[in-house]
Amino acid sequence: MKSIRLVLTLLAALPALAHAALNVFACEPEWGALARELGGDSVKVYTATTAMQDPHRIEARPSLIAQMRRANLVVCTGAELEIGWLPLLQRESGNADIQPGRPGNFEAARYVALLDRPTLIDRSQGDVHASGNPHIQTDPRNIARVGEALAKRLAEIDPGNAALYQARWKDFSARWDAAITRWQAQGAPLKGMPVVVQHKSFTYLINWLGMREVATLEPKPGIEPSVGYLAEVAAHLKSTPAKAVLRATYQNPRASEWLAERVDIPAVALPFTVGGTPGTDDLFGLFDVTLADLLKVAR
Amino acid sequence: MLRPTLMAAALAVAMPALSANARADENLDALRAELKQMKESYETRIQALETRLQAAEIQANQAAHTADKAVQAADQAEIQAQRASAQAAPVEGTAPASRLSQFNPEISLILQGQYANLDGNIENRNITGFLSPGDFEASSGFSIAESELVLSASVDPYFRGYLNAALDPDGGVGVEEAWAETTALGHGFTVKAGRFLSALGYQNTQHPHAWDFATNNLMYDAAFGGAYTQNGAQVKWVAPTDLYMEFGAEFGNGDSFPSTTSTGLGDYTLFSHFGGDFDVSNSWTAGLSYLYGKAHDRESGMADLNDVWADTYFNGNSTNWIANFVWKWAPQGNPTERYFKFAAEYFWRDERGNLLCADNTAAGGVCNGTDSAYSSSQSGGYLQGVYQFMPHWRVGYRYDRLNDGDYNFGANDPYLPVYDYAPTANTVMVDYSPSEFSRLRLQYTQNKSMIDISENQFFVQYIMSLGAHGAHKY
Repeated sequence: MKSIRLVLTLLAALPALAHAALNVFACEPEWGALARELGGDSVKVYTATTAMQDPHRIEARPSLIAQMRRANLVVCTGAELEIGWLPLLQRESGNADIQPGRPGNFEAARYVALLDRPTLIDRSQGDVHASGNPHIQTDPRNIARVGEALAKRLAEIDPGNAALYQARWKDFSARWDAAITRWQAQGAPLKGMPVVVQHKSFTYLINWLGMREVATLEPKPGIEPSVGYLAEVAAHLKSTPAKAVLRATYQNPRASEWLAERVDIPAVALPFTVGGTPGTDDLFGLFDVTLADLLKVAR
Repeated sequence: MLRPTLMAAALAVAMPALSANARADENLDALRAELKQMKESYETRIQALETRLQAAEIQANQAAHTADKAVQAADQAEIQAQRASAQAAPVEGTAPASRLSQFNPEISLILQGQYANLDGNIENRNITGFLSPGDFEASSGFSIAESELVLSASVDPYFRGYLNAALDPDGGVGVEEAWAETTALGHGFTVKAGRFLSALGYQNTQHPHAWDFATNNLMYDAAFGGAYTQNGAQVKWVAPTDLYMEFGAEFGNGDSFPSTTSTGLGDYTLFSHFGGDFDVSNSWTAGLSYLYGKAHDRESGMADLNDVWADTYFNGNSTNWIANFVWKWAPQGNPTERYFKFAAEYFWRDERGNLLCADNTAAGGVCNGTDSAYSSSQSGGYLQGVYQFMPHWRVGYRYDRLNDGDYNFGANDPYLPVYDYAPTANTVMVDYSPSEFSRLRLQYTQNKSMIDISENQFFVQYIMSLGAHGAHKY
């Protein structure tokens, strides 16, 4: 029995020895982009979802299981964002290294203080995330926090390239800090700007720039608004006017546009993640475009 | 319902006819006592779990409070510094891991019920030409299906455990699945042992609440009496390739139709699954599986040539091939708004052995207890499409067709009918899911599984999922 297992292990290990680059499985585009910044040519990044997909609702497709099978490191948001599909990929993959609790499993939300913690955890409140709002990537300071932890984790998993990861993190961190300072200066006019959001996708962005969220189109997280509820929101906006209705590009524009027309404010599709709109091919582009989009409606 | 609920208790309660003599009554009492004990023990466990849940919630709320303070502190620190986060108050590790994993184990409960309108005049429901794998009795009116209670969790860093207990509406608990599997073997290997739904084909691992229709397809009814359950062990391996390739084998007692073995190893299966993406909007999976089973006194029945019910017992071998193909489409790979799902499966079965037709002359039948050579070569399948045309709303159509092929009763030929008939069914459904945890469904089936009968069946069904958010298989 032992010798059989040894042979099987060796057989299974053969293809793994063939490629040297660290296989990174990123659940969302922002973490894929971050892993590329920190890993450079030492990592081969597979991004499981696109900006046009709802990260809450992804099919556990066979192609994703195949990628999970070969992953050395899985980088996901966590905080139950991927609970409908990620556990299944992990279980079906037969890959021990990326199981929960292993170094090969990296949950970004663990390195960030989460907002919007529900006081009442009950499904009657909609699709609530017990540990808090998982859309942490809309605040660039969170990207920095996650980046620092991810650089350490890469070094832990691939010690041979530890110095490289550290050097790339230093370089990225300096550029990122400078960019944050720039964005904050650019974003000064946004302070106090009242906005409506379709889903609680931008809580961290709004918090960072000091904007005010005056209404949410979803009556409860993940529950689509009825026309009646939208009319209520419209009435509410008469007394508390807002500058824009924000949504992520993957979200259906119907509700946003209906309201935008009703109360005569622009409906804005923010990129939400890397690749969401033209010009957001990397993390820097993501915030450049987000800021530009918001400043357009602030005037 | 159609799946093998092996609890003797449920059988005993459901069939009072068996309790004719005093001995049976004694057994019944013993079983009742055992049932009561089981019920009490479950109640105690649930209470204990609830207490732990409350404690965990209090802890988590406290943690949330602390973390909220940390957020405020961090934000203030950053405002003061007017600098980027790298130098801000360290928050690493303040956010707890997924709450769900703190609830050890994850618990979910599925509630299902339906209203059915069927033809009340049909007796002895079966599938013409096929040795029926079980009891297809169905009646009109309201009914609740078995409520499924699912518990699962990591046992330790090496194993995961899973229990699916079906609470029978008439009392009793059936163990649908109870297994442990490895999580730490790595290299693509997973080993599972216990009672589990076999990985053969596509639909087999789905519990009824995950079906796209209110009723099972004819192929799974005829081939497995619902689904093929293993009491045994499974090993599978996923290849380290871009193309998804999974290979596996199972060995079991073979106590699920079409195998029925009294002792020792009775069956094995070999399965393979492949899959990938055509492009960002289209994905697929396909597979080929093989099942070999040994049957020992496998009970079925049919109307004999006098149209009197006859019980039959089969001893022999059953070899089965199952092919499956699934294609899914969603615009940009985002199924929130719209998606289409196509699924098709086909099975081929060869059976060789002896069939005994129990003496039913007392009831006016013609079977006289002859045990004779029996052979059959049969097949069948289904194809179905489900389209979500707007959020929450889906429509679906399924076509079922079985091919009765060749079957030969040998010396029982003068007593049992041989037809040339292809059982078919056409099903349409529309369902509405207010959220991903609830679903309401309306279904119409034109069922021609029995010769000379075309039955119109209507169903209104609800499916509710409570508790842990289970991930859905592809």
